[in-house]
Amino acid sequence: MKIKALSRPTASQQAPGTAVVRQPRNLDPAQHPFERAREYTRALNATKLERLFAAPFLGQMGDGHVDGVYSMAKDPGSLERFASGSGDGVVKVWDLPTRDEVWNTQAHENIVKGVCWTPDRKLLSCASDKTVKLFDPYNSSSESPPLATYLGQSAFTGITHHRSLPAFAASSSVISIYDLSRPSSTPSQTLHWPTNVDTITSVAFNQTETSILGSTGLDRSVIMYDLRTSAPLTKLVLRMASNAISWNPMEAFNFAVANEDHNVYIFDMRKMDRALNVLKDHVAAVMDVEFSPTGEELVTASYDRTVRLWSRAHGHSREIYHTKRMQRVFSAKFTPDNKYVLSGSDDGNVRLWRCNASDRSGVKSARQRAKLEYDQSLIKRYSHMPEIRRIRRQRHVPKSIKKAREIKREELDAIKRRQENVRKHTKKSQLPPRQSEREKMILTREQ
Amino acid sequence: MAGPGPTAVSRSDDREAKKRLAEAQKTYGRGKAIPTKSVRDKKLRSNLKAVEAKYKDATLKAKDAEILLEHDPGFLEPENELERTYKVRQDEIQENVGIETAKKGFELSLDELGPYRADYTRNGRNLLLAGRKGHIATMDWRAGKLGCEIQLGETVRDARWLHNNQFFAVAQKKYVYIYDHSGAELHCLSRHVEPLFLEFLPYHFLLASAHMSGFLKYTDTSTGQMVAELPTRLGCPTSLCQNPWNAILHTGHQNGTVTLWSPNSQTALVKALVHRGPVRSMAVDRQGRYMVSTGQDMKMSVWDIRMFREVHSYSCYQPGSSVAISDRGLTAVGWGTQVSVWKGLFDAAQADQGKVKSPYMSWGGDGQRIENMRWCPFEDVLGVTHDKGFSSLLVPGAGEPNFDALEANPYENTRQRQEGEVRSLLNKLQPEMISLDPTFIGRLDTISNQKRQEERDLDRRAEDPIEKMKNRGRGRNSALRKYLRKKGRGNVIDERRLKAEALRKERSSRAKEKLRAEREELGPALGRFAKKEM
Repeated sequence: MKIKALSRPTASQQAPGTAVVRQPRNLDPAQHPFERAREYTRALNATKLERLFAAPFLGQMGDGHVDGVYSMAKDPGSLERFASGSGDGVVKVWDLPTRDEVWNTQAHENIVKGVCWTPDRKLLSCASDKTVKLFDPYNSSSESPPLATYLGQSAFTGITHHRSLPAFAASSSVISIYDLSRPSSTPSQTLHWPTNVDTITSVAFNQTETSILGSTGLDRSVIMYDLRTSAPLTKLVLRMASNAISWNPMEAFNFAVANEDHNVYIFDMRKMDRALNVLKDHVAAVMDVEFSPTGEELVTASYDRTVRLWSRAHGHSREIYHTKRMQRVFSAKFTPDNKYVLSGSDDGNVRLWRCNASDRSGVKSARQRAKLEYDQSLIKRYSHMPEIRRIRRQRHVPKSIKKAREIKREELDAIKRRQENVRKHTKKSQLPPRQSEREKMILTREQ
Repeated sequence: MAGPGPTAVSRSDDREAKKRLAEAQKTYGRGKAIPTKSVRDKKLRSNLKAVEAKYKDATLKAKDAEILLEHDPGFLEPENELERTYKVRQDEIQENVGIETAKKGFELSLDELGPYRADYTRNGRNLLLAGRKGHIATMDWRAGKLGCEIQLGETVRDARWLHNNQFFAVAQKKYVYIYDHSGAELHCLSRHVEPLFLEFLPYHFLLASAHMSGFLKYTDTSTGQMVAELPTRLGCPTSLCQNPWNAILHTGHQNGTVTLWSPNSQTALVKALVHRGPVRSMAVDRQGRYMVSTGQDMKMSVWDIRMFREVHSYSCYQPGSSVAISDRGLTAVGWGTQVSVWKGLFDAAQADQGKVKSPYMSWGGDGQRIENMRWCPFEDVLGVTHDKGFSSLLVPGAGEPNFDALEANPYENTRQRQEGEVRSLLNKLQPEMISLDPTFIGRLDTISNQKRQEERDLDRRAEDPIEKMKNRGRGRNSALRKYLRKKGRGNVIDERRLKAEALRKERSSRAKEKLRAEREELGPALGRFAKKEM
């Protein structure tokens, strides 16, 4: 008879003289009952912890501005510097690690509507006083005079620099292209839609397809231009005016516009008859929008005194940021490392927020990192479960926003009800086809 | 050039990989893969593909990790045709195994306060002995160290360890009490009145007890709350066991039925007539596939609890008083003064073979009546309690050789035990998660989603009641008849009613026509006896 029984000497579990204990694993599912339920419980705990550690607000930049902050720009060549322009014509440059002011100047006599960095780290600012000025904050002291001044016909509203050429575009009622390499202070080229007379509110160069330029105007238009032909390409008229435009840095043909009707629309430039996505959550006009450097997320600043963060693919925001003292937010930007968000508001402060509210920036041990990653994937896996979804979605919002949201919902319901009633009592042959939510806001498209 | 080209090599590689995957999926697979090809949504399809690839990868890696398993299971194999494993005696086994292992077979003679009941902790390190007349002892049985010993001075019907070796619950004459490792009484669960059997669900931290009154009560041992009180309504239960795979409790009754309970339902989930007499004892294997039960009718039956079907039934010489299933599927049955261990009961059931002919091992016959048996987890040891004390038997091939230290660690130190306790409390499962299918958690509620989608469609067609009436209604009580009976009696004659009546008329005329045609075809009732015209 062959006989063998299990024997595990205790010494094999912990070698004599060491304090290290071995933890053998056996992955046989029979030894791990309730794996689904236990994983779900862990996911639930992870979700709760994530909300528990959520502390998005980091602080404000220095002492802020005296007047509201209406424009901001980050230096594409640096992780540390960014500039902000204020209502009283002051432009300041900030250092992110210390959160301090490093440079400032009384650049203009009126609202600074746009600031922008050139590739060689000079700062351009445009304002309602019909001038664009070029500064060198890296190599000059504060309050130093501009390197150059460019003049325009009317108040400027936005400014953007070309990716590689020494040229920038500033918008007023037309888009004027200035050449930085020439001494002339007049535009080298002007672009405008032939029938357009209204003010253009914002303008943005595409950073990948570098000669494409997008603009939004007060006449509710979104217009694409091509520098190579010095002519506009297409014009899209939406139901309401748009306030800002931002190109997706990763998918260069996609752009987002911040609209007055509380929504953000993401369009594909090649196929503008319908939006790729509609981001709905704000309860007042969206003043600014920016894609994150990864192209996966967006940040918006709104007139309802909140900043919201969105995923490109989802229709509702994943995060809402607000403080008691933050007034109407006019600009919001991601930092180039995709970890923080900056917001400039009417109260003159520039605020710094975490991109992920529960994220901490200290050095983490490998174990800690692995745990966080595991938690994230658990949350993702069970995010459809009602309890987890409820905990993840729950946010405290100011009373005014809550109220506004309720009113807005009621109004939208009323409109919908009215439309349905009309449809119900219209002859089938005369019924217009239903429009998707993504194409409703488009009034016309011109080539 | 002759010989196989590169394609032939790749094909054999392919076959090898497929074989490897199939093998891995047998043990480590988590069900069928989702057919991604038929999914039309691009985004969903790519997500599903990624998930499936991950699953496949994990399965293969788990299979590859088998190389790290250190121990092989024990065995008892006859070397020639004349040898029988059931003839091997304990002393022969003890001679043939190492000294350390041989020490695991021992006897405790405690013939005054018995019969005893025993329980091992989840990692198999500690043993709890409870004598009917009030003697309780805990011990680290491998080291032979006594933990605590108390004399309760009243009837003790059952005793159980809780989640680790720090606490145990005792079903005493009137109530259930909880003691700590030193034998100090911590709690008296006064709502558990006259308890008969105890079960502890370690992942849910639920202590369940079956009562003389026929009630089944669950107490959460982490919060102390009573979770559920379930009336079995079948009198005093005769046995209780838990399904370790889904935490369902099986209760055996006087009339031979076994009922399955979860704390979420006031009625039994399943009732099955298993024996023709009181159910004396039950056990469920660790993956919750088979139940073995013994009854007063001198039968031992093997049930497939996924299909609720009896697979085999074995006869015993005496009613089996106790049954236990080890991690590797060995089934020990105690009947009278004897213990027989069966091997391969479930394999035979799976392969649809006949019954197993003879037991794997046997023990006893020395005049001690078997009361209760427990397999020691992760050891080849069977603990048998009887009216004369406790015997620890060596049964080669019973225990799981490779334990998972993060699940239950027989060699854990104090720090590991404490950390494990905290972790298991954090991951405590809610009583609502107990169900017959433990994988239901995390599933999508597809039906309600479909309904929601339909409701969201503004242009959906309103349901046509007449059409509905036409489609349904084969039997006597069709939708049409019901409509005419309930609503059609009124004085209101509208379009719908007219249609319904026309429909009824049409239907009845069709039935009449059918009858007439049949009658014509078959002729009068006595027609079959009339002389046929040639």
